Amino acid sequence: MNHWIIAPVILPALLAPVIAYVMRHDIKLARWASMAGTLALVAVAVGLTVMAEDGQTHVYYLGDWPAPFGIVLVLDRLSAMMVLLTSVLALVVLWHAIATEWDNRGRHFHALFQFQLMGVSGAFLTGDAFNLFVFFEVLLIASYGLMIHGGGKVRLKAGLQYVVMNLAGSTLFLFALGALYASTGTLNIADLADKVRTLPTDETAVLRVSAVLLLMVFAIKAALFPVQFWLPGTYSNAPAPVAAMFAIMTKVGAYAIIRFYTIVFGPDVSAVDGLIGNWLMPAAVITIAVGAIGVLGARRLMPMLSFAVVGSMGTLLLAVSAFTPEAIAAALYYLLHSTFAAAALFLLADLIVSRRGGDALSVQPPIVQNGLFAAFFFVGAIGVTGMPPLSGFLGKLLVMDGVRDMSWMGVAWAAILIGSLVTIVGFARAGSVIFWKATAFEASEADASEEVTTVGVNAFVGVGLALAMLAALSIFAGPTMAFLEGTAWQLFDVPDYVDAVLGEHGEDLK
Amino acid sequence: MEMIVASAIGVLTAGGIYLILRLRAFPVILGMALLSYAVNVFLFSTGRLAINAPPILNKYADVSYSDPLPQALVLTAIVISFGMTAVLVMIALGAYLEADSDEINLADPEDDAHNNEGQGA
Repeated sequence: MNHWIIAPVILPALLAPVIAYVMRHDIKLARWASMAGTLALVAVAVGLTVMAEDGQTHVYYLGDWPAPFGIVLVLDRLSAMMVLLTSVLALVVLWHAIATEWDNRGRHFHALFQFQLMGVSGAFLTGDAFNLFVFFEVLLIASYGLMIHGGGKVRLKAGLQYVVMNLAGSTLFLFALGALYASTGTLNIADLADKVRTLPTDETAVLRVSAVLLLMVFAIKAALFPVQFWLPGTYSNAPAPVAAMFAIMTKVGAYAIIRFYTIVFGPDVSAVDGLIGNWLMPAAVITIAVGAIGVLGARRLMPMLSFAVVGSMGTLLLAVSAFTPEAIAAALYYLLHSTFAAAALFLLADLIVSRRGGDALSVQPPIVQNGLFAAFFFVGAIGVTGMPPLSGFLGKLLVMDGVRDMSWMGVAWAAILIGSLVTIVGFARAGSVIFWKATAFEASEADASEEVTTVGVNAFVGVGLALAMLAALSIFAGPTMAFLEGTAWQLFDVPDYVDAVLGEHGEDLK
Repeated sequence: MEMIVASAIGVLTAGGIYLILRLRAFPVILGMALLSYAVNVFLFSTGRLAINAPPILNKYADVSYSDPLPQALVLTAIVISFGMTAVLVMIALGAYLEADSDEINLADPEDDAHNNEGQGA
């Protein structure tokens, strides 16, 4: 039993209260502590990923209680990769928040940020369905605080809406877990996988209900149609670094869908029998459409980016809905890509919006360093819309290749291609309104109105890092895909997972 | 007894959903509370309903026992939903004091005002 597995949960969990209680009056100290904690988290996540790369499923028994009774944390390739993604994203976002002084506009930013990291890491690592609920609540309650960080009328109203939406989602989650427990008598994921496959067919009615309820819950988190409506309002009114961090929150939903509907309710389970894929696929197609139309119709920059996130979640879940190892590997690649693409654009939008009068997509005098921002926006837009040479293109290509054998392959391809085209048009329009048409103003007119404040290098580091991740993902696409294919195959090797978790302790029971 | 518990869950859920759909802060908070009561009772009943049975195994006598796990789950769920309700009340209060209205939806006029402001600048 390797104790490092629980480190991504323990580390932020211990750091957050210290920041909240000891460093509450010293923002500098809090920044150093938060940064050091996040760096340590990245180091631990790298270590765990290297450890998981051997393809084994590492299990951590909390309090050394045997598996179906105690809570387990499970480290396999997927959870290690997701924790690594979280920690790297956190580093990028934290840098930006510190460089732009966002963390100083309200109280307790760093403590909430660490609690959020704890919740997200825990959700990725846990091997117990009820524990997943608890970590969801941890990450949500931290996100409520981050969402209304800095305050303001519109932000508080948007925050209230977000809280109510997620509370309803949590209640639904509990109903689903109750139904799951009532029909199987366990909530350990490995044990569930075992029980679900051995349950007599005529006793699976409640099980099917819980499978669909769980899908609904995860769909709320992943912003899937018809429960995507909370996302644009939330992301566009959240503080920009927080919106960038929220890029991982939708992925928590996607992760839970991937985890649950391969291992517990996999395609081989007769009780649900393709039910999930059949519902997920059309929902994902409509989500792509909603995202693309939203990007085209948005009149402000932040909602436009939010709709781009909705669209990318559609593409991601479309690949997931095929439930084949190839498609899941493609989905995971796209997941990595879309997280960094969304984060890069939100961080960049923060720099742009703070230098213009609001985030309306209207022609205004050019901002200082107009060309530099335009170049960054261009790169980010290429990434998020899926044009070569960045990883969005490769990701969409892989997704299309992954869903090739699907029965509705024509619809899926059309959705991805038309969705991309519409999104490109939307981003091209936004880019030309903000950067290009602005140059029509007389230079003197713009200079006279305000003092010139150039942006320091520090503020660009966050955006630059996120974009560099996109570049790295496309340059090292081969090794990444090799790892992800291994990950996907590991997901479909259910007996291996069940044996690893229940293994030695499982035999004691018999 | 099944009938009473089942209908109690149903009525609580229906009432909760109705109140949430009112989209005003106070009814929504009450609705969330009702929903969490409903889910707590539901969770409690997932271990099957048993009367006068302790959640403890007795190795000296063959007496019936009730499933302890749902009871532990319910305790966790109660604590979490209590905390969440407190957070919801605080945020709702903040939003009400700030915006002077307790409606839970992002009104479009806000968008337009923002937009016009941007164009005017």
